[in-house]
Amino acid sequence: MSKRDKKEEIKNVTGEEYSLSDDRRVKILSPGALVAKRFFRNSIALVGLVVLIFMFLFSFLGGLISPYRQDQRFFRTDYIYKEYAGVVENEEFRYAAEGSDFSTALQAQMLLAMQRGKDAFAYRDVAYEIAEEGPELYSISKDGKVIGIAYKDIVSPSVEGTDIPFRLKFDALKAFANGETSFTSGSDDYSIDEGGVVYKGETEVAFISRYVVNSVMADVFLTRDFKEATAAAIATGDPDFVYTDENGETHEYLIEFNPEKNTWSVRQETASYVYDTYSSPSKEHWLGTDRNGMDMLTRLMYGGRVSLVIGFIVEIIATLIGIILGGIAGYFGKWVDNLIMRIVDIFYCIPTMPILLILGAAMDAMNLDPKIRMLYLMLILGFLGWPGLARLIRGQILSLREQEFMTATESSGLSVPRRIFKHLVPNVIPQLIVSCTMGLGSTIIMEATLSFLGLGVRFPFASWGNIINDVNDTHVLTTYLFIWIPAGVLLLATVLAFNLVGDGLRDAFDPKMKR
Amino acid sequence: MRKYILKRILLSIVILFFVTLIIYTLMRCLPTSYIEGIARQKSMQPGSKSYEEWMAQLTAMYNMDKGIIPGFIAWWGSIFRGDFGDSWYYTVPVIEKFNEVIWLSFIMGAISMVLELIIAIPLGILAATKQYSKTDYTITVIALAGISLPTFFFASLMKLVFSVKLGWFDLFGLVGRNHEQLTEWGKFLDKANHLVLPIVVLVVISIGGLMRYTRTNMLEVLNSDYIRTARAKGLSERKVIYHHAFRNTLIPLVTIVGGSLPGLFSGALLTETLFSIPGIGYTSYHAMTGGDIPFSMFYLTFLAVLTLAGNLIADILYAVVDPRVRIA
Repeated sequence: MSKRDKKEEIKNVTGEEYSLSDDRRVKILSPGALVAKRFFRNSIALVGLVVLIFMFLFSFLGGLISPYRQDQRFFRTDYIYKEYAGVVENEEFRYAAEGSDFSTALQAQMLLAMQRGKDAFAYRDVAYEIAEEGPELYSISKDGKVIGIAYKDIVSPSVEGTDIPFRLKFDALKAFANGETSFTSGSDDYSIDEGGVVYKGETEVAFISRYVVNSVMADVFLTRDFKEATAAAIATGDPDFVYTDENGETHEYLIEFNPEKNTWSVRQETASYVYDTYSSPSKEHWLGTDRNGMDMLTRLMYGGRVSLVIGFIVEIIATLIGIILGGIAGYFGKWVDNLIMRIVDIFYCIPTMPILLILGAAMDAMNLDPKIRMLYLMLILGFLGWPGLARLIRGQILSLREQEFMTATESSGLSVPRRIFKHLVPNVIPQLIVSCTMGLGSTIIMEATLSFLGLGVRFPFASWGNIINDVNDTHVLTTYLFIWIPAGVLLLATVLAFNLVGDGLRDAFDPKMKR
Repeated sequence: MRKYILKRILLSIVILFFVTLIIYTLMRCLPTSYIEGIARQKSMQPGSKSYEEWMAQLTAMYNMDKGIIPGFIAWWGSIFRGDFGDSWYYTVPVIEKFNEVIWLSFIMGAISMVLELIIAIPLGILAATKQYSKTDYTITVIALAGISLPTFFFASLMKLVFSVKLGWFDLFGLVGRNHEQLTEWGKFLDKANHLVLPIVVLVVISIGGLMRYTRTNMLEVLNSDYIRTARAKGLSERKVIYHHAFRNTLIPLVTIVGGSLPGLFSGALLTETLFSIPGIGYTSYHAMTGGDIPFSMFYLTFLAVLTLAGNLIADILYAVVDPRVRIA
């Protein structure tokens, strides 16, 4: 850069070189321009400046560009499997009878006989015969006539409320148990498919299944159709199935087997409309969404705005108090100086962080409006931040006021406030700027720390500190890195940039250090 | 010198008086406190007195029924008797609780300070001797990054990397789950293990300031006449830097380090809280957010005393270390 400067300096518009004694060879720079020149030569400080400009654009323009509001909440449909029905395999024998001769006592006798493997028994002097009609299907007959059956597969009618005649039931069970696909009962022909549905010609008449399907929720009535679908799915061993009910709603169902109880539970997939919390970065939400289902990137922009604005306002308050008290103390000296400096000492000794914590907890207890709370926070930080600045200004002014230009202002009869604030303070501006720039960084950290502890800026307002606050939940710390890492990086980058720029300014203002 | 010290001590006491007055007024003006919480809790119990009655009884019991100024005077009076009252939150005498937790904080502070000195001073000197080199820029940026790092963010990062991903340390606390089953040596190691992350955080956060301070002062010394003389004499660069320059850099360093010695007792409010290390900082954090006036008063006063002591030590050391400085 300096090389190019030289060329431009030496050559005039027409391109010919100036003579050595030409005045135009000498470039005149004001002190301010010199400082700027030195500053812009410092590459690290420039990086800081660029970062700061980016942060300002990000925070102040970003909020305008972002399509979302800072407190806009997003929703998503969550699919969860809810316990819907329970299925039990029927293990007990059920009985059906032709007529009324098949009493409960007789049923017990029959079971006893079946367990002993007998095919005939007598009960109350009547002889009965048991015949195995198929796997786990038995018939009992008296005098060569079937009076009843014991079975495990359950036959339910297709039309609710109708009864299946005993003969049809028996024939259907027999056919089903023996794996036949068609049978004849009475004078009609029937067919059975492998799912256990019994047809008479084309019409469905009954359904045979080993499974009992019960509703888990009290207010849900399971249709027979659904029960059939469930039983069919279990019989074929499907882990899930899709079922469309009579209202046309299609749901997915999961079947889980519980080996301990020998039952199945059917869980229905239901959609629920929930806040879109902690969703991963996507096209709509570049940095995902936070705990409240708000867009993270937008929150970061508004958070930056809050952090920067708080930093500036606090620094302005602190600087104003510092300039006034430091200026007065330095200019007047003697007892005024002594008094003000003791006040500074006192404020210097007040432990800032603990006081802020206590006040934060107190504001918590008062349930202040988040906006008012933010205002108080700025005031408190400002009032606790001035002693250092006052000391700095006082020290500078103490040495400056002995210089000739101050004697000149005195002899030209300027008023005291004018002498202090027009002639002394401007000479302190360099140090002031440096310390304010650095101070901004630490103020932002302080605010972020308080907000992190939940004692600073509160919801619904975003601040980089309270965004990171989510890491107090270990699950967020480990799983949702996109929630807290960006905020932390922005915070670090901003504070670092302020410090780099402050450092660069210090070097630029103080040429002695720069050789 | 003695007169100067005496004067400073007297002045410090006056300052302390006003600091405590401000803190006391603040604490008394707080809209809520532990007492109200207890009164509310007690009045909730079935068949209990009303909230107002409990409040009156408790304020009298906790000596809070006096006005601010009489209360403040009474507070000072009890301090002269060495009595800081009983902590409401911990329900033990403040001093007892303090004695219980302070040494942990002190050990943590001392270890991190030693590490800080060992790392920061050589790096600061290195940066100064190679001013404007890549090394210098790197060290400067690292130092500034250390200053700029928000404690809570850095601590979270450390937890993520070392506790969660690598599983080397626990996330919280001073002792592990099976601490009671360990041998004496095992207990010690367990505690040491839990202190690693907090100390690393403390060191990294505070190292930047000292590094920059060393660098600035070393630069100042290197630009002085006697260094030019030493070089003109033809001394080796090594000797110039480590013999002549470094010793002079030590003057401000000793001053600032001496001044920060009392700070070892102040505990690390944030770091201890983040890692749930039961030192003075963590203990006070809970006392303060819980509205425990006696403990908070004690802690704040303690911190003020430490600050005053630090300033005093720094000023005295400045005169003691540098023979050119003589205080009238």
